Amino acid sequence: MESSDIRITQHPILDFPDRRKIKFYWEGKELEGYEGEPIASALHAAGIKVLHKSLKQGCPRGFFCAIGNCSSCLVVVDGVPNVRACTEKLRAGMRVEMQEGVGPVPASKE
Amino acid sequence: MKTTELAIVGAGPAGVCAALEAASCGVKVTLIDREEQIGGQLVKQTHKFFGWHEKSAGTRGIVISGDLADQVKANPDICFMGSAEALGYFQDDGVLLLETPVGIQKLKPERLLIATGASEKMILFPGNDLPGVYGAGAVQTLMNVHGVRPGKSVLMIGSGNIGLIVSYQLAQAGVKVAAVVEALPNIGGYAVHASKIRRLGIPIYTRHSIKEAYGTACVEGAIIWQLDDNWQGIAGTEKQLDVDVICLATGLTPLCEFLWQAGAEMAYIPELGGFVPLYDENMETTVEGVYVAGDAACIEEASTAMAEGRLAGLAIAYSLGKVPADEFSRKRAESLKELDELRAGPTSGAIVKGLAVMKEQMRKRVSQ
Ligand code: FES
Repeated sequence: MESSDIRITQHPILDFPDRRKIKFYWEGKELEGYEGEPIASALHAAGIKVLHKSLKQGCPRGFFCAIGNCSSCLVVVDGVPNVRACTEKLRAGMRVEMQEGVGPVPASKE
Repeated sequence: MKTTELAIVGAGPAGVCAALEAASCGVKVTLIDREEQIGGQLVKQTHKFFGWHEKSAGTRGIVISGDLADQVKANPDICFMGSAEALGYFQDDGVLLLETPVGIQKLKPERLLIATGASEKMILFPGNDLPGVYGAGAVQTLMNVHGVRPGKSVLMIGSGNIGLIVSYQLAQAGVKVAAVVEALPNIGGYAVHASKIRRLGIPIYTRHSIKEAYGTACVEGAIIWQLDDNWQGIAGTEKQLDVDVICLATGLTPLCEFLWQAGAEMAYIPELGGFVPLYDENMETTVEGVYVAGDAACIEEASTAMAEGRLAGLAIAYSLGKVPADEFSRKRAESLKELDELRAGPTSGAIVKGLAVMKEQMRKRVSQ
């Protein structure tokens, strides 16, 4: 699906206000999304559904509940693992990576 | 440490109504939600509410939630903490732990109300873990809140009101619904919702279920089949559907991990949605001072969640000495009557039965 068809622009009941377009990175590749929308929604609109590889068998995982309940959507954001893509808001320049299993140990801040 | 008279976890219909009721009696309330917005799942309900005795008949969920949010914001006795996730409640010292944008915070409430709502039930079929298998709530969130279509073509599992309404909403958003399957011999939701989606040409297959979802990295299709009287699939009845989304509307279960953690006694009552905390007629759980309302107590409609919230808010205000006894018993009787009326409809039979089981378990507990 083209990303122009995946974003709803006309709806009989709802209005979707114009939001600020920003750039972020998925697996090093530059993508566009709207500031403040969940990472998962920006990725979905860009055609990316696999967010996570399961712990034991490395099976693909996407979002499931989209409201922060299930942890099916864990990604690595700016080096920090276990971030729920469905609730974390998109910021300009964010580097988002698919999380494999438990993900990397985040670098210490010192 | 910060203190408050009443902390409410969850600013959906139950939590907000409890907050408004308690505050109207003079209770200082801290209303907590992990979302920025007030309204819980109402913020994605674009359909008009109606049905048996529904109070908000004819009003869209999004309008109701906007109205509730305005009332909360206008009330000086309610402090709303958005983007704050409640992590746990520690009974021994009565401390609630919150993760907020400014870090971990502790809050010590005199009373606590858990109104955390529900989560979707997963059903078993090969491929149910593929990306593209989404809960009905997730589909609504993605499309009605964030304006993103979940996919091109959807298989809806379940023909209760949620399955029917979300199918209609998908069609409104320009997404094809390939089919709705229902394991029971009859459509679960209201006939008026079913006819709306039938008029759109969406087929509803009763006595059918999903056999499997397939695809390498994501859902690429699904196979449905007919079920026999023992709920087994009938070989030879398979139909293959070209879908990229499988939407589960197979029921909800109370989201009550918080109550397990807080030490509330739980019981498995399938009619109420699965494991639920035991609670009395004032919505108080077995942990003194900890109350429950809404879907976390029993899976029902927004209207009952709101009525339960008001009842819990009133009972909490009374327990804090903010309401005189005669006023309390009068208002409580009204509240219980309202709940009875809401549950008088033909679809509430199971709930009434489940609540009787709850009452019996509480009675046994007290007499022990
Ligand atoms: S999809 Fe369930 S937590 Fe993100």
